[in-house]
Amino acid sequence: MPETHDPPIDRSFRLFPEQASSVAGEVDAVYFFLLAVAAFFTVLIFVLIVYFALRYRRGANVRRGHGGHTNYTLEVAWCLVPFGLTMVMFFWGAKVYYRINLPPAEAAEVYVLAKQWMWKFQHPEGKREIDRLHVPLGRPIRLKMISEDAIHSFYVPAFRVKNDVLPSRYTTVWFEPTKPGAYHLFCAEYCGTGHSKMVGKVVVLRPAEYADWLAGRTDEPLAEAGRRMFEGFGCHTCHDPGPSQRCPPLEGLYGSQVPLAEGGFVEADEDYIRESILDPRAKVRAGYRPIMPTFEEQIDDEEQMILLIEYIKSLSRQRPRGAQLRSMENADEAAPQDPLPPPGVRPPMDDMPE
Amino acid sequence: MTEHEERRRSEAEDIEPLPQAPPLEVQRAQEERLLKAWKTPEGWRYWSAVNNSEVGKWYTAAAFGFLIFGGVLALLMRIQLAVPGNTFLSAERYNQVFTLHGSVMMFLFAVPIFEAFSIFVLPEMLGARDLPFPRLSAYGFWSFLIGGIFVCGSIFFDAAPRGGWFMYPPLTTDYQPGVGADIWLLGLTFIEIASIAAAVELIVGILKCRPPGMRINLIPLYSWYILVVAGMILFAFPPLIAGDILLEVERAFDWPFFDAARGGDPLLWQHLFWIFGHPEVYIVFLPSIALVAMIVPTFARTAIVGYSWIVLAAVGTGFLSFGLWVHHMFTTGLPGISLGLFSAASEAVAIPTGVQIFCFIATLLVGRVVRVAAIKFVLGGLATFVIGGLTGVMVALAPFDFQAHDTFFVVGHLHYVLVGGAVFPIIGAFYYYFPLAGGKKLSETLGTIAFWLMFVGFNVTFLPMHLTGLRGMPRRVFTYPADMGFDVLNLVSSIGAFVLAAGFCVFLWDVIRPKAKQPISERNPWGAGTLEWLAEMPDKPWGVRSIPEIDGRYPLWDQPNFMRDVDEGRFYLPDAEEGLRETLVTSVIDARPIQCLRVPGPTFLTFFAALFTGGFFIFATYHWWLPALVSGVIALGTILVWMWTGTAPIPEKASKDVGLGLTLPLYASGPKSVGWWAMFITMLGDLTAFVSLVFGYFFYWTVHDDFPPDPSPGPGIFWPVIGGVALLAAWLLTVLARRWNRDDRSTLFYLSLLAAAGLSVGGAGALVVGVWNLEPTTHVYPAIVWLLVLWTVFHVAVGVMMLLYCVFRRLAGRMTARYDIDMANVALYWHFAALTVFITVAVIAGFPLVA
Repeated sequence: MPETHDPPIDRSFRLFPEQASSVAGEVDAVYFFLLAVAAFFTVLIFVLIVYFALRYRRGANVRRGHGGHTNYTLEVAWCLVPFGLTMVMFFWGAKVYYRINLPPAEAAEVYVLAKQWMWKFQHPEGKREIDRLHVPLGRPIRLKMISEDAIHSFYVPAFRVKNDVLPSRYTTVWFEPTKPGAYHLFCAEYCGTGHSKMVGKVVVLRPAEYADWLAGRTDEPLAEAGRRMFEGFGCHTCHDPGPSQRCPPLEGLYGSQVPLAEGGFVEADEDYIRESILDPRAKVRAGYRPIMPTFEEQIDDEEQMILLIEYIKSLSRQRPRGAQLRSMENADEAAPQDPLPPPGVRPPMDDMPE
Repeated sequence: MTEHEERRRSEAEDIEPLPQAPPLEVQRAQEERLLKAWKTPEGWRYWSAVNNSEVGKWYTAAAFGFLIFGGVLALLMRIQLAVPGNTFLSAERYNQVFTLHGSVMMFLFAVPIFEAFSIFVLPEMLGARDLPFPRLSAYGFWSFLIGGIFVCGSIFFDAAPRGGWFMYPPLTTDYQPGVGADIWLLGLTFIEIASIAAAVELIVGILKCRPPGMRINLIPLYSWYILVVAGMILFAFPPLIAGDILLEVERAFDWPFFDAARGGDPLLWQHLFWIFGHPEVYIVFLPSIALVAMIVPTFARTAIVGYSWIVLAAVGTGFLSFGLWVHHMFTTGLPGISLGLFSAASEAVAIPTGVQIFCFIATLLVGRVVRVAAIKFVLGGLATFVIGGLTGVMVALAPFDFQAHDTFFVVGHLHYVLVGGAVFPIIGAFYYYFPLAGGKKLSETLGTIAFWLMFVGFNVTFLPMHLTGLRGMPRRVFTYPADMGFDVLNLVSSIGAFVLAAGFCVFLWDVIRPKAKQPISERNPWGAGTLEWLAEMPDKPWGVRSIPEIDGRYPLWDQPNFMRDVDEGRFYLPDAEEGLRETLVTSVIDARPIQCLRVPGPTFLTFFAALFTGGFFIFATYHWWLPALVSGVIALGTILVWMWTGTAPIPEKASKDVGLGLTLPLYASGPKSVGWWAMFITMLGDLTAFVSLVFGYFFYWTVHDDFPPDPSPGPGIFWPVIGGVALLAAWLLTVLARRWNRDDRSTLFYLSLLAAAGLSVGGAGALVVGVWNLEPTTHVYPAIVWLLVLWTVFHVAVGVMMLLYCVFRRLAGRMTARYDIDMANVALYWHFAALTVFITVAVIAGFPLVA
């Protein structure tokens, strides 16, 4: 998609960034409440300092007698009022925190790869972008983020979201855009020489525009690319159902509770799948022997890892394995086969920056 | 005797000064002897001085020099950010500049300035002649100066650290080659050790060197705060030192502590750093508030309101500050429960802070406020700090923190806290305390001009930053495009920065302008009530003419004819009969005099010890291992000479008459001696660093289900247990040796110490054998096990040196059955070493069994 189609970023001056996500209003409400409390106490203390310093200065003719009585109502009040205020702050903050922290179940997923010094986005449908993320209006979007190198931080002020992007561990952030337009994206965590250039934008499109955009030139879906990797590595020889199956089945794995050989359960999330590929002996499923070798050498980067994970996740969506495989085979026939990019070569990208 | 009775007795025995002054010629003779004993060396030998007044002055001046350096760096940044797309500095250069700015301000200005100033003023405030370990202060100062110049100088060679002042890996481990990060890690570790040395000195000084009668409820607030802060340093810096060790070992030897691919975790650094980093904020802020607590009563002409509330609040702040660190990590995706806890604690800390501020305001209310430059800085600082404190309450809430974190909002917030809470009160304290340093006042006019320039300049610089941040500008960007909407705000900030700098220039001029024609200030120029204002103008090197007996918090206000009595030598120690430097040691709670302590005089040993210690760290930065080793050995030798010749001398007589009919021993060992306390306190810090490493071990265990990895080629059980048993036996023998020394059974004493040394070598060897086959670069598990073993072995090695030192001390007749400080302190060291051994063995051999 050519850049000219993106809406421009609103450049008018405002004291506060736009509210462009479903949580922005709530965060701002907390902020304005805090600001009001802070301003009140600041002014109170300023006034007291200046007033006392001037009124009770040396030589001033004022009454300096001590009151000598205790005003319990006053004392109890100045304990209870600030206590009440902090309790309101805390619980209000906690409420908004949980809203920000828990993505809705129906959220669409986009993978984010941060590296020095760019943002890469991979849509499950196959679109890949650099430093630019297109999302549909009014739909919750969940980002699964991982870094190839140092720690970065994904920050879109207009959405009021910020989350660190760590190496070797997925972190999640979600938002629901409420306003079409383009918004600044920053890296907030200092990540080296090019930190200040690690900026991009998030483009919020109306659903119809978004469908058009998605329909533009595209790569194969992530899960599909992942399936070819999966078979290329020969994973299916052990993991496919059948007489030769020596490893746990992967259908329905994602999101399930996996019983472990050493006891206990673990939730099969992205981190678990990633770990099991890189370090298969870390958490062995109950009833299986630790025979799987590590694939650390074979997998070049987090981008390829995302393909594999997305494929394994796809096995848990809607259909049983057979049906899914068949439909994929059909898809194979329909789409011309792109060979997997050789290691180290970046797969083709949409919207490469000039 | 019950506590009540004892109290009555001590009240009944209220000690009064001599009713009659000694004859004038006796006074003159006393003064001459005192002056001779405390004479400051002259000419080039001046730099061998160790007395607190000289070292304190140098230290303060050096810390202030680093403030100016850091300030110039800040101006460079503001020039660069004044307009969008600026090319004044390159990205690389800018990254070095902001890293150094933060590091210099924190490690070379904010913490040292309070230690420096405390070394200068604390003895005067406590009516002591010096701190208990003057040479340790000097060693700390020279280390600080050498390390500081090394770190700052790196920027002129384009080699400065550029990882930001919190140096997050893996950026600093894998993506920043060059020596910058090593300079940061080793140079600042060196300085942190100096900081801890000063903290030990200050704690022992406040606990043991108070004037008789200054019970714990009469201590000047400044000293209370310094006690709290020095204690915080003791527990806050070691985690950072532990982190520095891990990070440097990863950089130098590729042990994967923070490398996620090999089982490490970059977040461990963030935890260790912020366990240090958050208390650090209070370590910077509390001493300045302590200055406020001294200045406000003086200029309000009344005792502080709510003394005990302030003390409680200071202690409370100190404790709470250790429970806040995670609020620097809200965006790393930690569980909600951690966020909730740390968010609540971060709000709670506003309570003790508020208590202190309201006590100061109440003091203004009941007092008669005098308008001077010092009080303007103090009140301006309080007002500024309140804003920073309240924005701090705002970012304590996670949802808002998600918006503000790592943006210029936080930059604004932290400068309001640190400049309002620390820099303004410190400048105010310069105006207040300057007469103590040279006998002359600073100019009220220049002070007022400086204040308004700085106050206005500061707010113009930093207030807009809150908005810049809320609009989305991340911190630490070297430039920004023109269309982001950051232009105007940044330009305003840059203009403000230069107004602020102009204020600093006025102040600086006021300090350095020639004052030859200016008359000497009158004594106690502000009419203050605390002991430091006994100082003559200009001050005499003896500190205090005679050490007074104290009845209240403001002796100069409360005790009639107090200054006269002190001056005429009507109190303790009015003389230096033997020509030696002496001061009083008192008991911790009630400040009853228990010993007359002789403190050492000028020496260059401390300078050379610091020089070669510095050489060790500096050469190691460049991986020049041989010069580093040689320098380290020379440093060790110098320190041994210093110990041998300068510590724990056997006095020529057992006790001495200190005046007012009191006879005190000249020597004490065990818990009665200051040396024992210093060792105890140092080892608490040392143990904290060790516990931080152990924390690392268990941190890996909590974040990885497969830690220790299974099947694990761990150290096994046999060798660690053998080593542990041998080392614990060595400890037992050391304890026995202390007793046999006291019983004067010299053969048993020598045999047991030599056996202990032998067992130590064997035990340490067994520990190393246990881990010998582990390859620390392959995974974090062998790496952390190796590190715990190496830490233990290092402590055992130091312990062996101490054992041999005691053998030689006794052989040389410098230690006897009665004069046994060395042995008592070494045994104390070994208690801690034994604990370290026990924990190490339990963790590396025992934990894999239960995990």
